[in-house]
Amino acid sequence: MLGLLLAVAVVVPVLNLAVPEGHPLHVSTYTVTLLGKYLTYALLAVAVDLVWGYLGILSLGHGAFFALGGYAMGMYLMRQIGDRGVYGDPVLPDFMVFLDWQALPWFWHGFDMFWLAALMVVLVPGALAFVFGWLAFRSRVTGVYLSIITQALTYALMLAFFRNEMGFGGNNGLTDFKDMLGFNLQADSTRVGLFVASAVALALGYLACRWIVTSKLGRVAVAIRDAEARTRFIGYRVDRVKVAIWTFSAMLAGIAGALYVPQVGIINPGEFSPLNSIELVVWVAVGGRATLYGAVIGAIVVNYGKTYFTGAFPEAWLFALGGLFVLVTLFLPQGIAGLFRQLKRRRSGAAAQSAAA
Amino acid sequence: MSQMVDNGRDLLHRDRAFDFSAQQRAWLQFKESMRRDRTFDFMVKAKDLELDVSHGPILYIEDLNVSFDGFKAIDHLNFYVDAGELRCVIGANGAGKTTMMDIITGKTRPDSGSVYFGQKIDLLRLTEPEIAEIGIGRKFQKPTVFEHHTVFENLELAMAADKRVFPTLLARLTAAQRERIDEVLETIGLTEHARREAGSLSHGQKQWLEIGMLLMQDPLLLLVDEPVAGMTHQEMDRTAELLLSLQGKHSVVVVEHDMDFVRSIARRVTVLHQGSVLAEGSMDQVQNDPRVVEVYLGE
Ligand SMILES: Nc1ncnc2c1ncn2[C@@H]1O[C@H](COP(=O)(O)OP(=O)(O)OP(=O)(O)O)[C@@H](O)[C@H]1O
Ligand SMILES: [Mg+2]
Repeated sequence: MLGLLLAVAVVVPVLNLAVPEGHPLHVSTYTVTLLGKYLTYALLAVAVDLVWGYLGILSLGHGAFFALGGYAMGMYLMRQIGDRGVYGDPVLPDFMVFLDWQALPWFWHGFDMFWLAALMVVLVPGALAFVFGWLAFRSRVTGVYLSIITQALTYALMLAFFRNEMGFGGNNGLTDFKDMLGFNLQADSTRVGLFVASAVALALGYLACRWIVTSKLGRVAVAIRDAEARTRFIGYRVDRVKVAIWTFSAMLAGIAGALYVPQVGIINPGEFSPLNSIELVVWVAVGGRATLYGAVIGAIVVNYGKTYFTGAFPEAWLFALGGLFVLVTLFLPQGIAGLFRQLKRRRSGAAAQSAAA
Repeated sequence: MSQMVDNGRDLLHRDRAFDFSAQQRAWLQFKESMRRDRTFDFMVKAKDLELDVSHGPILYIEDLNVSFDGFKAIDHLNFYVDAGELRCVIGANGAGKTTMMDIITGKTRPDSGSVYFGQKIDLLRLTEPEIAEIGIGRKFQKPTVFEHHTVFENLELAMAADKRVFPTLLARLTAAQRERIDEVLETIGLTEHARREAGSLSHGQKQWLEIGMLLMQDPLLLLVDEPVAGMTHQEMDRTAELLLSLQGKHSVVVVEHDMDFVRSIARRVTVLHQGSVLAEGSMDQVQNDPRVVEVYLGE
C-alpha cells in the first residue's frame, strides 16, 4: 500500500515535469492536481475510518473538520494576495473592501504567517472536536443520535459560514489565491509540490493511524466498538478514549482540507454541506471499513467515478452514488478490501488443495 | 471471625491494594471535595480513598432501594460481605441478584441507600471504570467477551494495568505480563485457543474466558453472576475449585441457581427474595428455614 503510494508520488511528478507534452506518457498538470485532490480525500477517508471502523462512531460531520482546515489555509492564502487583489488594498481581502469594512477582524490577524495558519489547520478542528466530543461522549450519546448531531454540527457551520458578517467571505468563500510560501500556485512545479505534499501527508497520516490501531489503545477502541459497556467494567474510561481518537481524527481531516484548498483554488461554505459528509462515509463503506487502506481505495475509486460521471451525466451522479452504496452494502459488506481478502483466501485455499493432491 | 479480620488486614497490606497513580488519586480527591455536602472541607484526606476493612466487611450495602417503573427490584436491602469471604447468593428468577451487582458496579443508580467498599469508599459516587480500578471485578450473567479479539487479547485488555489513554497507547507487554496471561490461559483451559477469535468459542468456553478476564483484573472483590450455566459437570468441578482457591486473598460473591454447585462451595449463603434478604446462614440452616422452603427451595 505504502509502496504503491510512494511509487505514485515519484512517478507522477516525473511524468509531468520530465516527459515532454504531447508524449503519450506525459501526465498533464490538470491530472496531477486532480490526483492530488484525490489524495487529500483519501486522507480524509482514513480519518473517518479511524473513528468509524475502529471506534464505532459513525461521523456524518467530518466534512466540517475538513472545511475548517481548508478555511484556515484559505485565510493564509487570502492574506498572501496582498495588494494584488481587485481593489488593491494592502491588508484587507477583496470581500472585506467590498463589504466596506475598515479593519481586519481580530481572528484574521496573524494569518499572514504560514506557521500560525498551519497551527490553526490542526488546532481549530481539533478544538472543536474536543469540545464536541467531550460533551457528547461524556453524556454517552451514541449510535444514530450521535450521527445526527454530527450532521447538525456541519449544517450549523454551513449556515454560519454563509453569512457575510462571519467574516469568511460569505457564500463566495475564499478564492483568487495567488501564491503560497512565495510559490506561484498556477505554476506546474507548485502543483507538483502540492501533489507530493498530499502524498506525504497521506502516508504519514496512514502510518499514524496504523500505529494507533495496532497499539493496545487500538484494541481498546475495537472493544469499545463491539461492547462499550463491557469495556467500562474492566476499567477503561471510554469517554476519554473516544475524545482522544476523535480529536486526532478531526486534526487529520483538517490537514486534508488544508492541502485540498490550494489545489482546487477555492473554499466556500458548500464544503460544510451535510451531503459531503455523507458522501465520504460512502467512500469508506465502498473501500471497506476498519482496514485503513480500504478507505484510501474507496476515496480514490468513488471520486474517480464521480469525476467521470459528472462529466458524462451530470444529473445522474447522486443516483449513481446511492446505487453504489446499496450495491456495496448488499453484495460487498466489507467493501473492496473485503473482496481482496476473499480472493487471497480463495487462492491460498486452492494452493493448499493442490499441494494436498 | 478473627480469621476474617486477619484476611482483611492482609488485603490492606498487599502492596497493590491501592496503586492509584498520584494523578488519579488527586482527581478522585478533587471529585470528593466537590461534593455538595462537603463544601467546607476543601481537601479530603487521601486516606478516605483507602480501602479500610478493619471492621471486617469489605462491602456494605444499607437500606438500598431501586425500582423500575414502579416495580421494586431492590427493596430495603441490607447486605454485607466480609473481607476474604466467599459468599453465595441464591434466589428465584427476578429476585434482584443481578440488579444488586449492577448497583455495586455503577451500572444502575439506586433510588436511595448506601453502598460502601470498605468503610470509606462510597461506590455510588464513582463511575464504572473508577469502580473497576479500585478493585471490583465482575463476570456477567450473559457472557460478554470481545468477540472480534482473540482469547489472548481479551485477557490482555482485562489485565490490571494503567488504563489511561496515553499509557495504553504506549503499552508493551512485559515478559511478566505475558507469563501471567499464559498462566491464566492454563487455568481456564484455553491455552490451545489463545489465538482464536473469542466470538467463535462455545458458550462454556466464553464463560471460562470471562472468568479468566476477571482473574487478569486481579480485583479485591469479585462478583460472579451464574458462572456455571452451560458448563459440564467436570467444568463445574473445576470452577468450584477455582473459586475456592480465591477466597482468603480475594472476596467473592457468587450468584448461582445450580444448588449442587452452591452446596459444593458455600460457607455462607444469602437468600434474596423480592429485592431483600430472606435468610442468611450456612447451606443447612438456609435449606431448613421454613420461609425459604416456602418461597424457593420447596417449589
Ligand atoms: N433495567 C431494568 N429495567 C426494568 N426492569 C428491570 C431492569 N433490570 C431488572 N429489572 C427487573 O428487576 C427484577 C430483578 O431482576 P434481576 O435481573 O436483578 O433478577 P435476578 O435475581 O438476577 O434473576 P435471574 O435469576 O433471572 O437472573 C426483574 O423483575 C427484572 O425484570
Ligand atoms: Mg440475574
